Amino acid sequence: MSACAQKCRTVSSAPFLRREKEYGLNLLETVGIPVPALFVILVGAAARNWETKRAMRNFLANAKFLASAGAAIAFFASTSAHADQPVNWETGFQAPATDMMRQIEWFGNYTFVYIVIITLLVLFLLAYCIVRFRASANPVPSKTSHNTLIEVIWTVGPVVVLLLIAIPSFQLLTAQYTPPEEAKLTVKATGNQWNWDYEYQTDNTLTFNSAILQDGDRAKAGKEDRKVYPRLLAVDNELVVPVNTMTRVLVTATDVIHSFAMPSFGIKIDAVPGRTNETWFKAEKEGLYYGQCSQLCGKDHAFMPIAIRVVSDAQFKTWLAAAKTDLPGANKTLMAEVDGQNKVAAAGN
Amino acid sequence: MADAAAHDGHDHKPYHGWVRWVYSTNHKDIGTLYLIFAIMAGIIGGALSVAIRMELQEPGIQIFSGLAQMVYGMNGDAAIDGGKSMYNAFATAHALIMIFFMVMPALIGGFANWMVPIMIGAPDMAFPRMNNISFWLLPPAFILLLTSMFMPSAPGAYGVGGGWTLYPPLSTSGQPGPAMDLAILSIHIAGASSILGAINFITTIFNMRAPGMTLHKMPLFAWSVLVTAFLLLLSLPVLAGGITMLLTDRNFGTTFFAPDGGGDPILFQHLFWFFGHPEVYILILPGFGIISHVISTFSKKPVFGYLGMAYAMVAIGAVGFIVWAHHMYTTGLSLDTQRYFVFATMVIAVPTGVKIFSWIATMWGGSISFKTPMLWALGFIFLFTIGGVTGVQLANAGLDRSLHDTYFVIAHFHYVLSLGAVFAIFAGWYYWFPKMTGYMYSPVIANTHFWVTFVGVNLIFFPQHFLGLAGMPRRTIDYPDAFAGWNYVSSIGSYISAVGVAIFLYGVFEAFQKKRIAGANPWGEGATTLEWQLPSPPPFHQWEQLPKIK
Repeated sequence: MSACAQKCRTVSSAPFLRREKEYGLNLLETVGIPVPALFVILVGAAARNWETKRAMRNFLANAKFLASAGAAIAFFASTSAHADQPVNWETGFQAPATDMMRQIEWFGNYTFVYIVIITLLVLFLLAYCIVRFRASANPVPSKTSHNTLIEVIWTVGPVVVLLLIAIPSFQLLTAQYTPPEEAKLTVKATGNQWNWDYEYQTDNTLTFNSAILQDGDRAKAGKEDRKVYPRLLAVDNELVVPVNTMTRVLVTATDVIHSFAMPSFGIKIDAVPGRTNETWFKAEKEGLYYGQCSQLCGKDHAFMPIAIRVVSDAQFKTWLAAAKTDLPGANKTLMAEVDGQNKVAAAGN
Repeated sequence: MADAAAHDGHDHKPYHGWVRWVYSTNHKDIGTLYLIFAIMAGIIGGALSVAIRMELQEPGIQIFSGLAQMVYGMNGDAAIDGGKSMYNAFATAHALIMIFFMVMPALIGGFANWMVPIMIGAPDMAFPRMNNISFWLLPPAFILLLTSMFMPSAPGAYGVGGGWTLYPPLSTSGQPGPAMDLAILSIHIAGASSILGAINFITTIFNMRAPGMTLHKMPLFAWSVLVTAFLLLLSLPVLAGGITMLLTDRNFGTTFFAPDGGGDPILFQHLFWFFGHPEVYILILPGFGIISHVISTFSKKPVFGYLGMAYAMVAIGAVGFIVWAHHMYTTGLSLDTQRYFVFATMVIAVPTGVKIFSWIATMWGGSISFKTPMLWALGFIFLFTIGGVTGVQLANAGLDRSLHDTYFVIAHFHYVLSLGAVFAIFAGWYYWFPKMTGYMYSPVIANTHFWVTFVGVNLIFFPQHFLGLAGMPRRTIDYPDAFAGWNYVSSIGSYISAVGVAIFLYGVFEAFQKKRIAGANPWGEGATTLEWQLPSPPPFHQWEQLPKIK
């Protein structure tokens, strides 16, 4: 299911494209404007100017393919796209890194099936009316204005659909508020305008600040690779947590409301002054994950990213012990180790 | 009924020139003022959104630092910081203008003022002088809001940058300057204007229907305005209370929303959304009414399931009051609270579905002609359906965890408002334009307006679903480079929509220039409501002899 997320979302553009055509064909005589052609020209113009035009062409090829091959095939098609951060022309969720995000993605795809069917049903009925009951095809209108049976059907039908959506929805919601085990690590995240304070509530408390990585500091921090440390997402000091460990996050703020969000973990919780909110995650894959403040908090709202580095238990313990005395040094050592691992892994491929 | 129209002889207009408009107590003149006001506000609000899209066309900060330099005279880093705040001020003003000064004046002040008295067979509104003050409160409110964009808010920043939701503490201690105070007063005055209007509509509809026009024979547009008026009357005072508490927190040392004084920022969100959620139905319900008339007229069939349609609106209005906290799933609501709001929110999909299917059933078996209003109405049904089904997704708190405050939400509510309410406004505009002015619009220009707008707005908002799923937060002046592709497409769509607005304005100009006489009823046998029995434009006072409804 997760592999198909990218494609599943692409499908939703297919009814949109098809609709232009159907409208265009049926209404062309009355309206006289070649809408599908207009649409293609506009998208083409966008592609010409955009530097990543190849991606656009790929997408258009995909869209055309999907439109012709139909939705069913899309579910079995897969892309290799896996990332801990968003990628260009993405049409679905970022790749999940927790079981919770997998559940959210499953539920998103599940409801997506319903809404596509409903939208296509409405589109089909509209198109049928437009063709079958246009004035030239049906000059004498009927006078029907009531039909109790059909009115009952289209009231009860949606109720059934909503029940089918509600059952897994309530399960998902309950799961989000029912952590499967006790937290092994508690971190407190405090939002400030416009950075985060992280406090490890361990035997010997560790506290540090995490702010957006300034371009001038990239070299000094050894974070010059913009693929790994992207603009607006990279921070000076990441939140480091061990993999496969139940982690509790306590979230609050000092000045205005912020929101602690990590898309690939499936968490988002507001940081509200005067109250402490709680969320949890259990990251399954080592890596560097990015999120952004998700509540308007003033001038630099766009510039207070959240970065979480998930490492092995041993790496975490070493880092934690070292970070209490020398945070930059501990971060550098950890980065060197992780980057080394990645290089070995890449070579192994 | 023909005689009613023949009583033109009594039609002496009391004033001429500007006095007629400023002193007007005539519902049609006031309706016209509202429509002109809405068009002007819509152009300003639209220009703000185009500036936003220009900024977001590419990653990085493009235009707002330059704008801050030009408008506020800032330089260097101050201009960049000023530009960031200015972006937030633009986004805030765009929302407030479009909601309070474009959609509401167009639908309620404009079309409802014009058509509800005529449709129910009344000579005018119940309180004509109150109608006058309802309108004339709006320009000062609008001026206050526009002025606020040039007043200091936070240090080094101008204009209200807290979003239209005005969440404290960002709207209290976060922006101590006078800009926020002006915006709050602006909303107070606009709210008072709407409350007065709501009282007027409720009184008019309950007391001034023509003999024989029972509530169950009343046209659906009048029904929609009646429900809307109740929503306004019950929700706006709560907003007024909330923003008054903001005002005293800011200026008089109270701490309703300040935790250090025992207050709670979340309290404001409850008060705000108790107003805010009914507000979105206030924006769309009159549109529902218009769409019913347009579909019925151009299908040459009575509305299918009339009673179901009327009571679906009543149900939407009633349930709309008990779903507000679905805007607050990530604020730390308890599990049980979230469960309730998920359930209640999903219930709204049922009456909304009834309306969609009833519109299609109205077309079913009809003899449909695709005049411009019908194109907008068909576009409305499909696009509102898309906005509706993404709304069902967002109703689920578990899924909203990932989508809240992302561009998915922006896409959702623009599909129901920008592509729903605005399409309904244009459907109503082209439907009633011949009636209100006496002139026929150019179908070629009007249809071009439709198609350009249709392509433009879909190009803006459809890709924003993708951005939201990929995790792009809303209300940011800059975004990670990975979001560049769809943002570029979205911005192109915005420029196309702006061309659509220009075509619309040219179409209005052209219609007044060419003066093609429309006649009393240009739409034929399908147009059955009372306004089509009057000449176009209707006499200054109509129904001096009340029409009798069978």
